[in-house]
Amino acid sequence: MGKENINKVRRSVLKALAAAGAVSVLGGMGASSALAAISKVKMGFIYVGPRDDYGYNQSHFEGKTSVASMKWVKAVDEENVPETIEVVKTMESMINLDGVQVLFPTSFGYFDPHILKVAKKYPDVTFLHCGGLWDAKKHPKNVGSYFGYIDEPVYLSGVIAGHMSKTGKLGYIAAIPIPQVLRNINSFTLGARSVNPDITTNVVFTGGWANPVKEAEAANSMADQGIDVLTCHVDSPKVVVQTAEKRGIFSCGYHTNQSVLAPKGFLTGAEWNWSKVYSDYADMIKNGKKIPNLVRGGLKEGLVKSSPYGKAVTKKAKADAEVVRKKFMDGSMIVYKGPIKDNTGKTVIPAGKEYTQTDIWLESMNWLVEGVIGTTKG
Amino acid sequence: MTRELGKLLESIAIPVVALLVSLFLFSVFVSFSGANAFEVLGGIYRGAFGSWFSWQNTLVRAAPLMLTALCTALPARIGLIVIGGEGAMVIGGLFAALTGIYLDGLNPLLVISCMTLAGVITGGSWVAAMGALKHYRNVNETISSLLLNYIAIAILSFLVLGILRDPATLNNPSSYPIGEANMIGDIGDTSIHGGLLFGLAICIGLWFLMRRTIYGFAVDIVGGNIRAAQISGLPVGKLIILTCFLGGAAAGIAGVIEVAAVHGRANLSLNAGYGYAGILVAFLARHNPIAIIPVAILLGGIRASSGLLQRSFDLPDATTLVLQGIIFIVILASEALYGRIKWFQPKVTSNA
Amino acid sequence: MPESDMGIIGVIIAVLGGAIRIGTPFLFVSLGECLTEKSGRINLGLEANLVMGAMSGYGVAYLSGSAWLGVLVAGLTGTVLGLIHAMLCQQNRVNDIAVGIAMMLFGTGLAFFLGKPFIQPVAPRLPSLSLGTWSESPVVQAALEINVLFIIGLILAPLMAWFFKNAKWGLFVRTVGESRDAALAMGINVNLVRMYSTMAGGFLAGIGGSFLSLYYPGSWNEGLSSGQGLMAVALVIFARWNPMYCLYASLLFGGASALGPALQSVGITQGYYLFNAAPYVLTLAIMVITSSKKQRFAGMPGEMSNI
Repeated sequence: MGKENINKVRRSVLKALAAAGAVSVLGGMGASSALAAISKVKMGFIYVGPRDDYGYNQSHFEGKTSVASMKWVKAVDEENVPETIEVVKTMESMINLDGVQVLFPTSFGYFDPHILKVAKKYPDVTFLHCGGLWDAKKHPKNVGSYFGYIDEPVYLSGVIAGHMSKTGKLGYIAAIPIPQVLRNINSFTLGARSVNPDITTNVVFTGGWANPVKEAEAANSMADQGIDVLTCHVDSPKVVVQTAEKRGIFSCGYHTNQSVLAPKGFLTGAEWNWSKVYSDYADMIKNGKKIPNLVRGGLKEGLVKSSPYGKAVTKKAKADAEVVRKKFMDGSMIVYKGPIKDNTGKTVIPAGKEYTQTDIWLESMNWLVEGVIGTTKG
Repeated sequence: MTRELGKLLESIAIPVVALLVSLFLFSVFVSFSGANAFEVLGGIYRGAFGSWFSWQNTLVRAAPLMLTALCTALPARIGLIVIGGEGAMVIGGLFAALTGIYLDGLNPLLVISCMTLAGVITGGSWVAAMGALKHYRNVNETISSLLLNYIAIAILSFLVLGILRDPATLNNPSSYPIGEANMIGDIGDTSIHGGLLFGLAICIGLWFLMRRTIYGFAVDIVGGNIRAAQISGLPVGKLIILTCFLGGAAAGIAGVIEVAAVHGRANLSLNAGYGYAGILVAFLARHNPIAIIPVAILLGGIRASSGLLQRSFDLPDATTLVLQGIIFIVILASEALYGRIKWFQPKVTSNA
Repeated sequence: MPESDMGIIGVIIAVLGGAIRIGTPFLFVSLGECLTEKSGRINLGLEANLVMGAMSGYGVAYLSGSAWLGVLVAGLTGTVLGLIHAMLCQQNRVNDIAVGIAMMLFGTGLAFFLGKPFIQPVAPRLPSLSLGTWSESPVVQAALEINVLFIIGLILAPLMAWFFKNAKWGLFVRTVGESRDAALAMGINVNLVRMYSTMAGGFLAGIGGSFLSLYYPGSWNEGLSSGQGLMAVALVIFARWNPMYCLYASLLFGGASALGPALQSVGITQGYYLFNAAPYVLTLAIMVITSSKKQRFAGMPGEMSNI
């Protein structure tokens, strides 16, 4: 999605707000019925886990809350909807009983076959999936997908971790070895290695998205091994961050802002900024604009952001990271630039080749970069 | 009041009263959390049975429950408490998917039959093993079935994320697909998949088996008093293993349906909690295969209404869990009433 | 001693530390279940006690600022659940095991429902004893960071063993569990003894739950327990209803659960799903090996022979 589109949308939001403001100043019944004439956009959000998990689902819930506060949006949501026929029924229920016009099923596993099946049945409803790979040739037109390149702020977390680690050993606690997760691990390591080329990242896969005991155990055994910066890619980073704080080591957050949980050891984190995505969509619908089927963006487009720096981060680390951030913002930063070897010694990106963030090849990543101790096989 | 009539009336009246009491307790609970109990109950009704749309939602959810409930109900009739429906479903679904992938390309009817067979054999054997362990080694079957559930899920994860993984299913690791042609479609015009028919047919068939055949009669004897059964020469071990096999086979078929009618492949979503819900259905239906049908529909309805409760009343997802728990407890407590209410008992005639 | 590159030693220390960390809830729940089963009743609903204990302990600790108050309240909620279980089982024709499963459903649902507001906040943690200050290695220090509840459990196990052998009430519990008729003949109120045992067992299980949320992993959310309450019941059978063996079994189990992550952090990453299944396979194997059709278990309470 180009920069122009977002800016156009931004301008029309401001115009609409100004108009709404002007109308309400005119006061009385007239104003409210004028507002009502801008028909309410009904949005439905579906989360795979609890909406207050301090992590992935909560980030979407926060996005929904901010967009629901807009007067022309009515939002409903449902949590704990598993990736089975139940999400099909939930979607149909939202469409039939609540009159929802735009659905946001936020878990990856909802896409195929569930969303595709329901989308075919309801061609007037728009289905916007988080993370799915929409393919114009295969999928219905009323389906779209959006995703943020969160590996960019994760890269920045890696840069900070590279500066702050005294032992040169980092730890990553991840759920399962799928491309989105591997991309984060790799970006984190590449970021850290840009500061310290000998740094290593130990990876532990817990086998599931929410497994507090395994996450705590992994965090503890990593700390036992001398790792002094922990981060994670699981649904709820709360346990990892808290355990890191207990063991007196640093942590980087993910999904949402966990700095409150680790006042001493929190460095920074990578967060989603779904409020922006959702309000942009709300605008497009309100103004009758066509919704792009594929929305992707990183730090520059504002779809993702970094958590504020923690107390422990040194000035030098901050300065370094900010230099990199500027490069992301003006589009000159390429994370996946050759030569890059994976951790078995094979060259996966030859010298001279580079992949920009939007390159689809990155979304099928199945290797771990050199410096990562771990394997993608189960 | 004959004995027969009394028993029949009792078996309907007591559960109904228990349900009403549960709803009452649930209303009290819900009021404490600040919601209007009548509206919530109304919401449950609307979400479960209030429209044809709701009915479809309910029936689709009831289908797997009917089958996994049999995995607890059948062994219960022979005296074993098995909670392994989850594991049997996962194993049955996994092997059914493998069969479908392997045979893809042949006549779809043949493929689906083979898949069902695979689900039956693997799911059945999984639970039969628990029965054998109990009979021959005296290993507590409730605990062994629970442990085997976790082991089944670990096997599923291991295979689906490992050697069976379809590289095209990037972010939602799954096995290869069984192919569009081999999937079970919806019934006619509705959005209810064919699994419901499987569920109904198997429940009715097994009811007939358990209540109208010699085999069923033998099972009742063993379940009632195992020692008496042994003394009278019944092959207790074989009966136990066979009954467990049948229960596991039913759960295995639930797994087949999840693969063939919903997902089209085997992945972690196979582990969906239907097994545990089935335990509740079995107990509420007092392990009678025919009663499982309405109970599964009732429970399916409660679960279907959960979404509406969340959206209309801002109640958390756990609300329907609490309702199910209350129902279960009250129904169990009502067990004590059977045979004790005078009205249902045959009148004792006095000697002239 | 160099911190990094601890290799195998690191794994062993991680497993030992993990044995205590992960084993403590198992210890409390299995001791509680041991007490209940000695009186002749099986309580499968302890999973609910665990989860409700975790939630209520966390919530009370957060609201009051005292972790120990949370532990106490957790124990009390466990007692209440135990009371409900006991009252249900006392009725004629009611099946113990079914009641346990019902309690599990109800208690877990209740805990999730009431626990919503407590997922975000951070509650005070339980204290621990630093027994490793003699070592310079932070690894050893961390492994020897023993939480106070474990110490309590360590004392509780032999205490319970003594209780069964020598205390008057311990004798009552055993008699009721061995033979209902003998107990009645002695004038013991069978139902009352069983009720107390179930309530006390529930109390301990609730405390075990509070450990999960107030120490390790140290937070409350809906995925906290993965069947630990039920596994503890298996542990009791494995431990032949002997409180000291419950202690050893809990440690063994905790160590097995810690093995997977520990190996992965040294780079041994193959087959982690199978490692995740290790504790369950271990328990099943042990149960199969130690069960036997011929002889009744040494130590199995007579009234439980129908399980």
